[in-house]
Amino acid sequence: MLLKKLTEAYAVSGDEGNVRQLIRAELEKQVEEITTDTIGNLYVKTGIGKKPRVMLAAHMDEVGLMVVGFEKSGLLKITKVGGIDDRVLVSKPVAVGNNHVPGVIGAKAIHLQKANERKKPIEIENLYIDIGVHSQEEAEKLVKIGDYVAFSAQTREVGKNCLLGKAFDDRVGCAVICELMKEDFDLELTGVFTVQEEVGLRGAGVAAYNVHPDVALVFEATSASDVAGTKEAGHVTQLGKGPAITFMDSSFITPQYMIDLAVATAEELGIPYQFRRLTTAGTDAGKISQTHEGIPSIVISVPCRYIHSPASLINLDDYYNTIRLAKGILKAIAEGGLQHEGIA
Amino acid sequence: MDSVKDFLKVICEAPGVSGYEQPVAQLIKEYISSYADETRLDRLGNLIFYKKGSGDDRPRILLAAHMDEIGFMITKIEKNGFLRFSAVGGIDPRTIIGQEIILYGKEKLPGVIGAKPPHLTSAEERGKAYEMEDLFIDLALPEERVKELVSVGDVAIIRREVLELAGSSLSGKAMDDRAGVAVLLVCLKELQKLRHHADVYAVATVQEEVGVRGATTATYGIVPDIGIAIDVTHGEMPGVPEHETCRLGKGPAITLGPNIHSQIGEKLINISKEYGIPYQIETAAGPTGTDARAIQVTRGGIPAGLVSIPLRYMHTSVELLDMEDVKLSGRLLAYFIAAVDRTFVEGLACC
Repeated sequence: MLLKKLTEAYAVSGDEGNVRQLIRAELEKQVEEITTDTIGNLYVKTGIGKKPRVMLAAHMDEVGLMVVGFEKSGLLKITKVGGIDDRVLVSKPVAVGNNHVPGVIGAKAIHLQKANERKKPIEIENLYIDIGVHSQEEAEKLVKIGDYVAFSAQTREVGKNCLLGKAFDDRVGCAVICELMKEDFDLELTGVFTVQEEVGLRGAGVAAYNVHPDVALVFEATSASDVAGTKEAGHVTQLGKGPAITFMDSSFITPQYMIDLAVATAEELGIPYQFRRLTTAGTDAGKISQTHEGIPSIVISVPCRYIHSPASLINLDDYYNTIRLAKGILKAIAEGGLQHEGIA
Repeated sequence: MDSVKDFLKVICEAPGVSGYEQPVAQLIKEYISSYADETRLDRLGNLIFYKKGSGDDRPRILLAAHMDEIGFMITKIEKNGFLRFSAVGGIDPRTIIGQEIILYGKEKLPGVIGAKPPHLTSAEERGKAYEMEDLFIDLALPEERVKELVSVGDVAIIRREVLELAGSSLSGKAMDDRAGVAVLLVCLKELQKLRHHADVYAVATVQEEVGVRGATTATYGIVPDIGIAIDVTHGEMPGVPEHETCRLGKGPAITLGPNIHSQIGEKLINISKEYGIPYQIETAAGPTGTDARAIQVTRGGIPAGLVSIPLRYMHTSVELLDMEDVKLSGRLLAYFIAAVDRTFVEGLACC
């Protein structure tokens, strides 16, 4: 399964090569052109020369860690790459560097803690990666300062039609685009797999500049908080209720005509959908929409519980419905369904 | 099964929460019984491997390593099928967020431990550590299905495959004290090559993590002359004073202190020196948190010893140890057993 392969691969922001290679191999025979740029974005094209020109974007990178130093004992000191709650780091397996050296993030045994210690989260300053060596010299033979560190997790089917694993944010978006690139739409389609979204939307602006599309569709994974102890108003999105459409976040306000197009398409095709009911956080659309003289964009997301942790959860119906909805939107755009002043 | 490491990996990944040790007991029995003359279970669930010594008037030596592990017990099924749970044994709630679990309901059910998401919590809340009440198990199943498959009282464990790390290091859940059970295997294998006068009772005990209960009944039933517990001890790490820890890869830790009969501690040290086995001394100023605690005060008092494997991150899912320490511990115990005779045992009465 493509989604399993993509999520199990290691690709922390700035080190997206593994995922780039997987996608290249997946699409090589399906598309007319594959290119990359200097920052690491991957571009795949079909329908070259047709109008309108549509860009699809999803980011390849995932949150992770970086090695910043050694203890004499051989433990590795770390810093975060992207937004991770320190509290999810504890007691997890990781893979370090290009050779994927296995390691674990340990915590002081409960027996050795004072009662008041247990009331505070363990902060990253007090967390280390242990690769099993007994000295700094041994560690330096296996690991370098600056090595990227990714969570190590298998992707498994659990519960009712769900997948549990790491990096659904945003390999689920990458997988959606891979599926879309295999279809035939009557327009020029550029699938862009961006880099460094998690450290400040660094790849997407460059990509949108290079592609200069008429319109952009961004595919993401977004928080689902439909869990015990939260009221429905705080759910943001719910698992199994369909793709989530963003109307606004901290980086971007969706043009109303883009929302109308998505909603009309979903209703016509009988695809369940929901709105993302949170206006904070940002996505690649924040950069894309402000590139050149402005590029109309929309973000469609697969809801994901426990996002940015090594055990995040998505519903496969939501994933397939995101693909269906995207196909419908692309078909509508190809048929002239997106008419608005300012769109070529 | 070609090696002790493979054996340890298999039993480490198996489930055996305190009071629910049968699955791991079955595996241990399969692999160890061929090294014993007799294998039996006692009424509390302890798995006893008996290896007969040679000659008459044989002393009896008990080796105890606990096979139970810490885990979770379901306490409530919430709306929408989320499950509340309590800890079986000592668990730091801060170490279980975002962990995959396996729940043993009517079927084996995979799931994950979740918490209220960070973006819905206030900055003040984020500065606080998660407590058990904040956490829940998510099986990604509808409430009706959860109710069919799960009952209050079902147990769950963290799902973690053993990781082979650099050198001979291993990391996983339940190394505490499946590593001790692996020491039993090493010792029994070594004893095949040695002549020993003493009868050996190697016991995989139950319910250590909830109050050394298995060792209590096992010791009572066996009535040994000497009882030695095999457990894990804290390895050195930042934030913990060096004198409270042992070093990984530097050999078994031999404990001294009131819980340990001084002549047993001394003999373990002498045997290590004699056979060139590296060792470390650990001190315990009172009763230890191991099976030795129960052994010492069973019946009219049993002389106790304690051999430990240094291990970091105890009671987390990434407990880490050096396989060499496991092997060295098993060898030390085998040579110790071979050196015990009637005279030594009689000399244990304090005069």
